[in-house]
Amino acid sequence: MNSPTPVALYQRTIAQLSAGLTAGEFSSEELTRALLDRIERNNPQLNAFITVTAEAALAQARAADQRRSQGHAGPLTGIPIAHKDIFCTQGVRTSCGSRMLDRFIAPYNATVVERLNAAGTVMLGKTNMDEFAMGSSNETSFYGPVRNPWDLNAVPGGSSGGSAAAIAARLTPGATGTDTGGSIRQPAALCGITGIKPTYGRVSRWGMIAYASSLDQGGPMARTAEDCALLLAAMAGFDPRDSTCVDQPVPDYVARLNQPLAGLKIGLPKEYFGEGLDSAVAAVVETAIAEYRRQGAETIEISLPNSQLAIPAYYVVAPAECSSNLARFDGVRYGHRCENPKDLLDLYTRSRAEGFGAEVQRRILVGTFALSAGYYDAYYLKAQQIRRLISDDFRRAFEQVDVIAGPTSPTVAFNLGEKVDDPITMYLSDIYTIAVNLAGLPGLSLPAGLVGQRPVGLQLIGNYFAEHRLLNVAHRYQQVTDWHNRIPTGF
Amino acid sequence: MSLGVAEVAKIAHLARLAVRAEDAPAYARNLSAILELVEQMNAVDTTGVAPMAHPLDMAQRLRPDEVAEPEQRALFQAIAPRVEAGLYLVPKVIE
Repeated sequence: MNSPTPVALYQRTIAQLSAGLTAGEFSSEELTRALLDRIERNNPQLNAFITVTAEAALAQARAADQRRSQGHAGPLTGIPIAHKDIFCTQGVRTSCGSRMLDRFIAPYNATVVERLNAAGTVMLGKTNMDEFAMGSSNETSFYGPVRNPWDLNAVPGGSSGGSAAAIAARLTPGATGTDTGGSIRQPAALCGITGIKPTYGRVSRWGMIAYASSLDQGGPMARTAEDCALLLAAMAGFDPRDSTCVDQPVPDYVARLNQPLAGLKIGLPKEYFGEGLDSAVAAVVETAIAEYRRQGAETIEISLPNSQLAIPAYYVVAPAECSSNLARFDGVRYGHRCENPKDLLDLYTRSRAEGFGAEVQRRILVGTFALSAGYYDAYYLKAQQIRRLISDDFRRAFEQVDVIAGPTSPTVAFNLGEKVDDPITMYLSDIYTIAVNLAGLPGLSLPAGLVGQRPVGLQLIGNYFAEHRLLNVAHRYQQVTDWHNRIPTGF
Repeated sequence: MSLGVAEVAKIAHLARLAVRAEDAPAYARNLSAILELVEQMNAVDTTGVAPMAHPLDMAQRLRPDEVAEPEQRALFQAIAPRVEAGLYLVPKVIE
């Protein structure tokens, strides 16, 4: 029998791997070993993983193979993935990219980890990230920056940069991420992969280390929308342990991927195509939108008039919530503790100053100021009012259109070190993603082209709980384009 | 609003962060720049706009007042920096 050379396991998507496991073409143990080998060879130059859990992964893979042999396999049984190091994983270091938690062994699993374990996934390890998810370049990690597989001099984006780089370099077919102001979508765009931030409340935040609780949301990252659908199906759903998790049925994301796009109304916000958008990125995004018109979608220019206020409002709301959430790191019950504290105040202040990096301390200080007596109304209350205006802009837009499309990021990946000394310039990198978090809407980024050797992401924004529609719209594009199959040179 | 070194020291105290004197000027500069950025909000009149605290305007869900978590003291003590006889140790608070 003459069969063509099979595609290497690491090149395959989750859907393809799932089919291969079902057909008995290979075992989860073989697949897991192949990926662990790739991580061992490629991670030193990328720094995408903080911790690799090889032995535990092989044990999980063998258990998955056994379940499969007993006829108890689901679509994710035996599929290796990685978890962003913000999700608590029982018995495994959960650092959140910080010195504060460098020696923190989580005593329990996050709900997202529990759910993916129950679906049969195999954890390869924990991925690198900006410290406490505060950053857009992965340069604030205590464990050093992650490099972008498309160009080792470029940042992978952040804060879920380790997850994005690991997927782009084919070290894992999928990973978890979290998104507070763009931390799934922006690194997905900069690394040429697909990632979705679900509606606030769709995925449990229990066991996901908090940054800004009214904005934080976990979601999947993978090569394709189809793979994100498979992962999100396992991650989403009500959790009584998260008081903001929404009790609403989870649609069948996979079954709805192929819905035709004829008649789809796509809104193009004029504020997302104006000043500040790199012209080469704009051209790639326009080409992707033209493809949607070919598939029968109608495009309508819309306006989100308060867009320019999203970054100012975010840099009050997020730091305010962060200053409150990170107050728990006091050097007493867990986390870093300074040597020889002379009194309780010294214990608190030195443990925190030594444990947190500069960007985290900046945001704690901004938040503490914004919440302090005399400034609360002018900053925090004002930001919450602006948040309402931004949310109302989207509400009006979704009366006219089904989805909103535009660039994920104003530029392709920038160089390592380029923005690290200027926090404000770094913040502007999230100009198109932040409003989505303030409104609590779902947003997805998918690869739509390259500028030079650096990927460009197309962002799709949906109405509340319309994840199925975003995945469908992204999937249809991926049926007629191959940007999601491009591999960075050298990987 | 522009912050000086003295204001940074006051905020750092409120935040329980030991900011070194030599780092205070840089923090003052960064924080002032961030406040200048966020003050762009003042360009918009928000009189009468209801503040939005939660994206879905939901009320906090309550649960019955019953014990829901098992006792795991030994597990949690195992990751603490300093413990003794089941207690968390801190510097002496009362003379």
